Amino acid sequence: MTLERNRDFGDYVPAPDDDLVICRCEEVTKGEIRQAVRDGMFNVHEVRRLLRCGMGLCQGRTCAKLVKAIIARELNLPAPSLLDATARAPMRPVEMKVFANEKGL
Amino acid sequence: MSETSDVLIIGAGAIGSAAAYYLAKRKISVTVLEKSEYIGNGGSSRNGGGVRQSGRHSAELPLAMYGVKNLWPNLSQELGLEVEYCQGGNLRLGKTEAHLKILQGLTANCVAGGLDMRMIDYREAKEICPYLSEEVIGASWCPTDGHANPLLTTLAFYRAARKLGARYVSGAEVDKLVKNKGRVTKAITADGTEYEFGQAIVVAGYDSGKILATVGLEVPMMPLLMEILVTEDAPRMFTQMLGTAMADFYGHQSTHGSFVFGGTHGFEPYAEYGETKLTSVGASSTCRGIIGYFPVLSDLKIVRTWSGWIDDCADHIPVMGNPKETPGLTIGCAFSGHGFGISPVAGLLLAQLATGQETALDVSRFSYDRFRAKV
Ligand SMILES: Cc1cc2nc3c(=O)[nH]c(=O)nc-3n(C[C@H](O)[C@H](O)[C@H](O)COP(=O)(O)OP(=O)(O)OC[C@H]3O[C@@H](n4cnc5c(N)ncnc54)[C@H](O)[C@@H]3O)c2cc1C
Repeated sequence: MTLERNRDFGDYVPAPDDDLVICRCEEVTKGEIRQAVRDGMFNVHEVRRLLRCGMGLCQGRTCAKLVKAIIARELNLPAPSLLDATARAPMRPVEMKVFANEKGL
Repeated sequence: MSETSDVLIIGAGAIGSAAAYYLAKRKISVTVLEKSEYIGNGGSSRNGGGVRQSGRHSAELPLAMYGVKNLWPNLSQELGLEVEYCQGGNLRLGKTEAHLKILQGLTANCVAGGLDMRMIDYREAKEICPYLSEEVIGASWCPTDGHANPLLTTLAFYRAARKLGARYVSGAEVDKLVKNKGRVTKAITADGTEYEFGQAIVVAGYDSGKILATVGLEVPMMPLLMEILVTEDAPRMFTQMLGTAMADFYGHQSTHGSFVFGGTHGFEPYAEYGETKLTSVGASSTCRGIIGYFPVLSDLKIVRTWSGWIDDCADHIPVMGNPKETPGLTIGCAFSGHGFGISPVAGLLLAQLATGQETALDVSRFSYDRFRAKV
């Protein structure tokens, strides 16, 4: 979908719950996510790359839905219209020595 | 619908957005078209973050050195976003006499180009990085190399360019360029929108080839799939960028503590170009490389693996310039897997090329017409 990225959001209106921690692994707050959207990060991927929310040990299992909802609200879009971040192997953290093992267990 | 700007940039990677930033800063009207729905979905957000001068081709070395001296040190401040540039030096490790020979060759080449780089023995390498395997017998050392966060660097250029008024359109794939009376004047996207320009810069990675072909230009590039991984956070261990004589792996510890390691396994040219995917051997091979040099890391957990395409040129250095055949067009592609470290300076040079300014550095070695057939 073609997206013009120079929209004007007007002045930032602080919300009472801007301090709420949304991504607990990386300690990212709701206010930081809202600000990132206004800085041009218009989807889950860009917000994650900028703030690291969803990049910690749990890889977003806990916060992915919340992050998406905050971005959607800031953009005035229904949350389902935003794509989820890509899940990547390994699905659980795995030691290097396990990956390195060529002989099988 | 037709829309006009002084400069149209095709591709919003680190280099396209750096060019947009340097143009917007000069108050030139610029539009950036990006095929993906996401900014920075190409190599620019998928790379290992190496900001390396050592081991560069003699043609590229002046660019890398210019960037390290003049652009990287102030980049976070200039762009208003921390890009985690860390000038921790580069250690390239060897375990055999044959390895040391390779490293000596690289070192001699870079010293001839004026870079502060030298060979060191195991003892000195171990002082610089205490976690090395005892199998290491020597290394090359470049104290002014380093690394930065590629995700943040790419978004920082985008964010700053956008703030200065650069217009960005994502989900806009350029299908073709159109010539009018001998000049390239227009790009048409997949949905039929036409974008007119005074000058266009094609910085679309490997896909630049397809776009350039629509006006009869040919760049000899090959797509290679490179794989990479990131570990869980670890306490601060070292600040250097690491590599080996055999390029079995390279990487660094990021600001927040995780290690980012890439590597090669030998099958890179055989992946079918398209979506990014992972091979069954990539992460395993890289882990064996890492453990062979850093046994202490073997219990560290990997949290994520991914891959990206590189646009490898026949002679492994970029194409940057304004081909005579196509007035109105500037090319910036074929960065051959080492374009991140020079992304700020490449953006600056492309901005200068696109506006007919004198370039900060000589770019004649990167010209489009340098390629000659075998016979
Ligand atoms: C795994 C990996 C590790 C690497 N490690 C390093 C490293 O440590 N150090 C280093 O210096 N370099 C490294 N590189 C190389 C570096 O990432 C690239 O050279 C650099 O990012 C190139 O930047 P770019 O802006 O030209 O390309 P890209 O980031 O690929 O940007 C090109 C953009 O053009 C867009 N595009 C394509 N076709 C069209 C079209 N038709 N219309 C509109 N837009 C289009 C793409 O979607 C893309 O966003 C690595 C690369 C990979 C893949």
